[in-house]
Amino acid sequence: MGKMDMAPRLRAGLLQAVIKFREAGILVFIVALAAVVTLRTPAFLTLDNFRDILLNISILVIVALAQSMVIITRGVDLSVGSIIGLTAMMVSFVVVAFPALPGPVAMVLGMLLGMVLGSFNGVLISFGGVPPIIATLGTLSIYRGLVFWYSRGTWVNASQLPPGFRQLAKGSVLLLPNIILGAIIVVAAVYYFLRYTRTGRDIYTVGSNPDAARFAGIRVQRVIFLVYMLSGLLCGLAGVLWASRFEAAQTNTAAGFELQTVAASVVGGVNIFGGSGSVLGVVLGAFLLGTIQNALTLVGISPFWQLAAQGLLILLAVIVDSAILRRLQRFASGAQRV
Amino acid sequence: MTKPIGSAATTQQPAYSARDTLARLLVRWEWLLVVLIIAVAVLNTRLSPFFLRTNNLLRTTSDFMEIGIMMLPMVFIIVTGNIDLSIASTLGLSASFMGWLHIMGVNIWLAATAALLVGALAGLLNGVLIARLRLPALVVTLGTFSFYRGLAYALLGDQAARGYPPAFTSLGQGTLGRTRIPVALLIFVLLALAFGLVLNRMTFGRYLYVIGNNEEASRFSGVPTVRIKIAMYVLSGLMAALAGLILAARFGSTRPDIGTGLELTVITVTVLGGISIFGGSGTMIGAILALLLIGILRFGMGLVNIQGQVQDIVIGSLLILSILLPRLAGQLSAIRSWRGATLGKIGLALLVTVLFGWFFFWSRTLIPAK
Amino acid sequence: MRDQAPVMEVHHLSKHFGGVRALKDVQLELRAGEIHALLGENGAGKSTLIKIMTGFYQPDEGQLVFEGQTVHFGNTRDAQLAGIVAIYQEPSLFPDLDIAENIFVGRQPVQRGRVAWRQMYRAAAELLQQLGVALDPRTKARELSVAQQQMVEIARAISIKAKVLIMDEPTSSLTQNEVAELFAIVRQLRTTGTAIVFISHRLEELFALVDRVTVLRDGAYVATQEMEHVTTSDLIQMMVGRTLNELFPKQAVVPGPVVLQVEQLGVPGSFADISFTLRQGEIVGMAGLIGAGRTAVARTLFGIDPAVSGTIKLDGHAVSITSPQVAMALGIGYVPEDRKQQGLVLAMSIANNISLPVLSQLSSGGWLNTRREQQLAATGAQQLEVKMAGVRQQVGQLSGGNQQKVVLAKWLGTNPRVLVLDEPTRGIDVGTKAAVHRLMSSLAAQGMAILMISSELPEVLGMSDRVLVMREGRITAEFTRVEATQAKIMAAATAA
Repeated sequence: MGKMDMAPRLRAGLLQAVIKFREAGILVFIVALAAVVTLRTPAFLTLDNFRDILLNISILVIVALAQSMVIITRGVDLSVGSIIGLTAMMVSFVVVAFPALPGPVAMVLGMLLGMVLGSFNGVLISFGGVPPIIATLGTLSIYRGLVFWYSRGTWVNASQLPPGFRQLAKGSVLLLPNIILGAIIVVAAVYYFLRYTRTGRDIYTVGSNPDAARFAGIRVQRVIFLVYMLSGLLCGLAGVLWASRFEAAQTNTAAGFELQTVAASVVGGVNIFGGSGSVLGVVLGAFLLGTIQNALTLVGISPFWQLAAQGLLILLAVIVDSAILRRLQRFASGAQRV
Repeated sequence: MTKPIGSAATTQQPAYSARDTLARLLVRWEWLLVVLIIAVAVLNTRLSPFFLRTNNLLRTTSDFMEIGIMMLPMVFIIVTGNIDLSIASTLGLSASFMGWLHIMGVNIWLAATAALLVGALAGLLNGVLIARLRLPALVVTLGTFSFYRGLAYALLGDQAARGYPPAFTSLGQGTLGRTRIPVALLIFVLLALAFGLVLNRMTFGRYLYVIGNNEEASRFSGVPTVRIKIAMYVLSGLMAALAGLILAARFGSTRPDIGTGLELTVITVTVLGGISIFGGSGTMIGAILALLLIGILRFGMGLVNIQGQVQDIVIGSLLILSILLPRLAGQLSAIRSWRGATLGKIGLALLVTVLFGWFFFWSRTLIPAK
Repeated sequence: MRDQAPVMEVHHLSKHFGGVRALKDVQLELRAGEIHALLGENGAGKSTLIKIMTGFYQPDEGQLVFEGQTVHFGNTRDAQLAGIVAIYQEPSLFPDLDIAENIFVGRQPVQRGRVAWRQMYRAAAELLQQLGVALDPRTKARELSVAQQQMVEIARAISIKAKVLIMDEPTSSLTQNEVAELFAIVRQLRTTGTAIVFISHRLEELFALVDRVTVLRDGAYVATQEMEHVTTSDLIQMMVGRTLNELFPKQAVVPGPVVLQVEQLGVPGSFADISFTLRQGEIVGMAGLIGAGRTAVARTLFGIDPAVSGTIKLDGHAVSITSPQVAMALGIGYVPEDRKQQGLVLAMSIANNISLPVLSQLSSGGWLNTRREQQLAATGAQQLEVKMAGVRQQVGQLSGGNQQKVVLAKWLGTNPRVLVLDEPTRGIDVGTKAAVHRLMSSLAAQGMAILMISSELPEVLGMSDRVLVMREGRITAEFTRVEATQAKIMAAATAA
């Protein structure tokens, strides 16, 4: 094939560079931000503060990974916040009634409940053919409504929750807080799943070209069902951790969280049109969101600006992305003239 | 919007002339909505003899005029296959900006005009990013969703702007002269007429359908796609700002969280109205009927004391069913063999549903209501 | 080779979609180690047949016999497991995955429960080497040219150990060099005993490759012949049921004054230093390899990617074409190469499509005049003899050839003085092709200036008054109708 071979190799290098650039870019951004903040507030660059950031983003990381898997298949799960709210409430009810229930059992219960809720999304989308944005917009309302119906408007507060349950998030193993440990385990598991299992690879395959995936004999419906089920499962886990960490289950627990998870995914370089995205990127994306929030507080900027900053960051991320991609495409089309 | 799996572009039927629209109307979605509206209305009358009183009906409308006003440009946007998640935040920003100016002592009408301008600018930013830089609408408006709401908080903090003059609050609370027609309703009706005509009878509307069906082909046919998309987002921002003014007038005060979450209701109404989320098809009449349906449905549920958030269960289910039911027949016929695996799956699904339901109702009684 | 038992047979196959008959009593016999052409006009049933063979559809009647046994494929996976693989017209790769994973998609090698990446890269590299393709298996498919993507699909077929390989118009977007390379690989596959079904609209290229040919017409079987016993006109007669005397009915025209003059036009990264003229009544052909920059020049002339340097003159006046709207106002029309994506709005009606470029002229004060729209469309569609139920029919329901006629009607409705045609007959059947050529010829005779981009050399040679050849973003040669030959054009199009 003589003349065909040179350019792609060069271009492939460039594309990989861009993907790495994405992750490196976030890192550079974080470091720069840290430097500026540290100059003004030395308290920023301490181990304690670093731990604070990690504590704050642990749940976000777990759910953002779930969201990313869904986005990679060209979908979106707008119901994550409602699933977290519902599982947090239901599990809290159970642990209040049965204080002796071991923490891990509560976690498994939460995951099971979340899995059922996620499976419902999955059935609607993969077998029912309802577009993801509609199905999960619907279940966002339904699940949140169920929280109200279930709780009859009441909430579970810290004094009701048994100490064992509260320790679930607060406790630590070898100085590492449980909740951070949990996030690390989820990150590792999702990484292994996406990288080293065929089903994990199928998620990228389906998102990259669904028609071709069907032709290649991949059970597309099943893969799509699976990502929503997994999303529900991870949200269930997040719900338990949420109730434990904030020592409460309220009717509005995690309301609006879906947008933060999409934000972390997009900032982390997951392609909103599906097909690509990396675990490392999503973790960094969530970390960046957490760092900004933390830094704004430390520097003494009104917390009211935090939301605006988060929005700007999302805009910045897509603008930079498209600028790089466009330049790359121009280069690629130039190089294609062999 | 990405076209998800299984979406068949060729099955979408755009409305292309008034007569065709009318012909389709006879057999399509809109009639189902009418039937549902009548059914709910009959049910409501059974529940409350006062339901059908003109007073009551008119007063009910004022609760969802903001949603209606924001729905009009949302129809445009979804017809082109785009989305705007930032409308409620734009509403919040505009209303907060007006409140902030009011606190600073600026004349309320001047402040209101400035708020409309802010809304249009917010829409312009969305439009430029989406149309000119060709960024995905979902992400851009997700970003501005946070950004605009954040600015609203930054303007007002945790205070609320109050003390609007009565002339202004009549925008949200008042009625027209001596009649009992709410001002907000009149504004909506006039706007709906205008938006409907633009969509159905003007080149702008046709271009929206064309863009929604195939944007590349429309560009190759000399359709000014960028300008049209920017105009549509500016309209969206402007209408969101107007909705913000009406809502602030109705409340008599502005807090920075005003209107939070309304974007989801607006999108729900639009999709329920038969506007395809993939773009290219849907009618303004359908959207308006859906608005009416949701309005009287909520009113009816209010009559039997169902809480607002629990009402969301019904609305959410309606949204899903509206898309699921028409597809279900096709999905079921695609199943080639009902034996073995398929029946097993259905059985499992039923079992899980029953178990979950049992657990839900059982565990619910573990803590008594306050 | 010729006397082997068939590896796959199709008997009495029928298939209906709704009330429409797609196939009726069709048969096909494939032998191991043969290249078998499947011919027919668009709508003749080729696609349906191969989709049944690959398990995508199930037949209503008839049976498939594979290696002597009747088989039922419930889905494409079943067919693939049996060893029947299809490569479709549009490459169906996964742009976000690398070459290795594209080859082993859904079948990634697994060791101790985990995907063995290193093993996969090694196996992919071996396959690519076997095909003589120097590509890094870690390259993302997004980065590959169409020809390279096809190589990856072939590698995939080999890795599946396909016994039957179906190639649906694999050459339609390849340049001549790439076609030659593809043929070499296909011949190599034949020696390993694979039965290859080859679908193409470029009849002339089949003689160099194919052993036998089966022709379908209107969903029915016509004949199977040894390729060495038939001629092009035999094949055309079998396909259309009649003889076409004149494939390229170019009328001789005395060109008028220069309409379009392009001087040193350039867009960085696409093309540079493009200069040529176009006269009234003239058809200028533009040849070159895919990616040589021909379409980029057309897009610039039409204002989609405006020029960065150089000048464009119409009737001697310099013009600045910054958008398609400007180009249209100047009397330039552009029939793009991708009919379905760029030329038409498939879900909308014929009338809506034809009126689209002139919508603002059909309306007053922004208000649509649907009656004038329908009239315009009806006139245009009749003039081009579009086969349709009426102008309100959806364009997506028409055959490829009729769709192309609608695109042409759409642009003729704008009364252009300069018409740029980008691959005007790609993927359309022989009958429509001749109709399009007749139309071009008569438009030129009426004084229109036509720039025709085409990758089919016979078309370029048959239709052009002059031929421009592009290579790597530059014009490398210009020939008159008399001077131009296949060899000269190819020499100018390739670096050799």
